[in-house]
Amino acid sequence: MFKLFEPNKIFNITSKVQKYVLFIFIIVLSLGLAEALFISPEDYLQGHSVRIMYVHVPSAWISLGIFSLIALLSLINFIFKNKNFSIIAKSLAPSGLIFNIIALVTGSIWGKPTWGTWWAWDARITSMLILMLFYLMYILAWRIYDKKEYVNKATSLIAIFGALNIPIIKFSVDWWSTLHQTSSVSIFSETTIHASMLIPLLIMTAAFSLFSLLIFLMKYNTELIKIKNKGLDRL
Amino acid sequence: MIKELIFMNGYGAYVWSAFSFTLISFIFLYVIIKINLTKEQDKFLIKFNLLNKSKIKIAKAQSTNRKILETSIS
Repeated sequence: MFKLFEPNKIFNITSKVQKYVLFIFIIVLSLGLAEALFISPEDYLQGHSVRIMYVHVPSAWISLGIFSLIALLSLINFIFKNKNFSIIAKSLAPSGLIFNIIALVTGSIWGKPTWGTWWAWDARITSMLILMLFYLMYILAWRIYDKKEYVNKATSLIAIFGALNIPIIKFSVDWWSTLHQTSSVSIFSETTIHASMLIPLLIMTAAFSLFSLLIFLMKYNTELIKIKNKGLDRL
Repeated sequence: MIKELIFMNGYGAYVWSAFSFTLISFIFLYVIIKINLTKEQDKFLIKFNLLNKSKIKIAKAQSTNRKILETSIS
């Protein structure tokens, strides 16, 4: 099964699809922005400030999803020592970090008109801040360590320990009394958000997912060319 | 109409700054990643051009190297 993840095979695909992903991303993002900024209605309580949800929520979802994926790949790499899984995990980290930062900053901007404060040490916000620290540690570990054995162990351990924070972020609104409301969108239970707001939210989530895919493809190619550059030195 | 879109009943500054920050972050990350990719492709081209004929033959035997050359030149 791991043969499917051979770098040579993946490189062929990642080189070809980049321009198509960029093209689809621009279309979906334009549609999402039109829906989020102009077409969707304002909230009866929050007014137009609810529009911040269309960038804040997808960013938070994607940063959580990417870190979960990094942790899973790191765990597989830790057990099976598959080098390509660590390259994939490494290539996912930059977009995960940027979405984490976007979630924190836009959340802070949304907090001012809604809660009257830019920042609060609320359980959800604090656990998201901790996730950002794990992202930073993960990316820095790749830069700090030179030896392959150390870097693989260190990054895998950071990702696996960081993953313990994911359920805390998810359930923080249920476990503690926080400023955040409980989930409005759920896969397993009834969604309480109206379709006029759910549709732009899903379109923006699709656009942001395409962006993280695009960044992943470019970063993966960069990492692979780096390896091939070292290979040329050894010829 | 346009004024309403810009000011959004007093929430415009918050909404537009949140969306602007998101889009600027996207552009920033895209440019950084693109620069790094181009840098590595250029490095690969330079190293490849310094190889002698026999080493070029060995390097070209690998499909990934051929693909990198294709994308670097285009």
